[in-house]
Amino acid sequence: MKGLQDIFHIAGRELRSYFVSPIAYVVLTGFTVLTGWFFFNLLMQFNRIMNMYQMFRRQDVLMQMNLNEMVMTPLLYNMTIVLLLLVPLITMRLFAEEKKLKTDELLLTSPVSVTSVVLGKYLAGLVFFLIMLALTAVYPLVMFQYGSPPPEMGSILAGYLGLFFLGASFIAVGLFTSSLTENQIVAAVICFVTLLLFFVVGWPAESMGTTAGKLLEYLSLIEHFTDFSKGLIDSRHVVYFLSFILFSLFITKRSVESMRWR
Amino acid sequence: MIEVEGLVKRYGDFTAIEDISFRVEKGEIVAFLGPNGAGKTTTMRVLTGFLPATEGTVKVCGFDVFDKPLEVKKRIGYLPEHPPVYHDMTVLEYLRFVAKIKGVPRAGRAAALERVLQRCGLRDVTHTLIGKLSKGYKQRVGLAQAMVHDPQVLILDEPTIGLDPKQIIEIRELVRSLAGEHTIILSTHILQEVTMICQRVLIIHQGRIVADDTIENLTGGDSLESVFLKHTREEVQ
Repeated sequence: MKGLQDIFHIAGRELRSYFVSPIAYVVLTGFTVLTGWFFFNLLMQFNRIMNMYQMFRRQDVLMQMNLNEMVMTPLLYNMTIVLLLLVPLITMRLFAEEKKLKTDELLLTSPVSVTSVVLGKYLAGLVFFLIMLALTAVYPLVMFQYGSPPPEMGSILAGYLGLFFLGASFIAVGLFTSSLTENQIVAAVICFVTLLLFFVVGWPAESMGTTAGKLLEYLSLIEHFTDFSKGLIDSRHVVYFLSFILFSLFITKRSVESMRWR
Repeated sequence: MIEVEGLVKRYGDFTAIEDISFRVEKGEIVAFLGPNGAGKTTTMRVLTGFLPATEGTVKVCGFDVFDKPLEVKKRIGYLPEHPPVYHDMTVLEYLRFVAKIKGVPRAGRAAALERVLQRCGLRDVTHTLIGKLSKGYKQRVGLAQAMVHDPQVLILDEPTIGLDPKQIIEIRELVRSLAGEHTIILSTHILQEVTMICQRVLIIHQGRIVADDTIENLTGGDSLESVFLKHTREEVQ
């Protein structure tokens, strides 16, 4: 009970800190500007292709075109790239700043478990990420309002669930890299490199042997996102993301504990 | 109240503390004296559970720091060398946060905040951002932070450093007024301060205790300066 309260207290302070500094506003604005531009571009493209096939009177092709596949899925992919760049900036301060300001000495001499500290900070990052996602809800809303036929609700929700898991994994990595150093830039760079590596780790899969290739493919974060983006929720992918997050949080806890040994 | 037995702390090959043992009884005010790098801060960090000991046992209020860290931390107020303050919070917000994580129950929180704001002279800056405060005020906020959960044991690492003479006197008064109900360990470089506040002195030199006695017994008519210099002059083998 005390542990849970501690988590909320720490998360609350952390979130407050995001919103009294310019970080929150810069990141939220940047994210909305970029995703808005992607959405606009995808819609224009969709429109152009529709018009083209209409001119050619290709009813068969027109029947197969839909907003889910041609706008929502690519939009979600574009968002993953933007997140790849922005998440390190959200998470870099979480532990690094505490060390720089020596406030870690307060947290670690308070009757609060390291687990609560780690989970509190993770929760703060997660809530911030959810706010980012909530802002993008305007794009599907526009499509529901003006699309005919409107897109499928179910597959959009599945796509968002995938994006949530992906972002939650990113934040867990960022939390860990922030615990490694007191330099925020270093934390952000290591986070970005790690995330990008997990993005592309599956690329040589095809040219490698079956076992090694399969393994690399399995490790790739984006590989597990693909099904979600198409509207499929597969428990294998959920398990992957959850284990990825739990493992990252576990090594973060270890890293924070060892800060005192170093 | 505090029992330290055969405490050793090593960082890799470097030995910061070499076999320290001492006891502090309830209500005592004890000063840690010693040259820079003697191991004062390290000892304090082990007592507060911030650093784990390499060897030896540390008990605070009957709880072992290693086995029951949370029980110990509940009972200790700690002011580190650098006050651990968040610059983007106001004094009140910060102290409220500390009260929460130190486990001050919701019902008693307002009163606890009121008490430390009063005692540490922070009334005028309650709603000021900590980042905008002078060093002296930051130090007071650090002290308020250590006292907010009314701990039985206070550990203060150079509480008067960086303060002006008036503030130093205020902090001394404050520490003295805490005597009796609280057990206090403080470290300092100002020797007169020790004679004014403390009953007992521990001189630490190169990771060992070279003197542990009341001020009267130690000095015996001599000045504390000469006693300090005598004990910290030679290399300890």
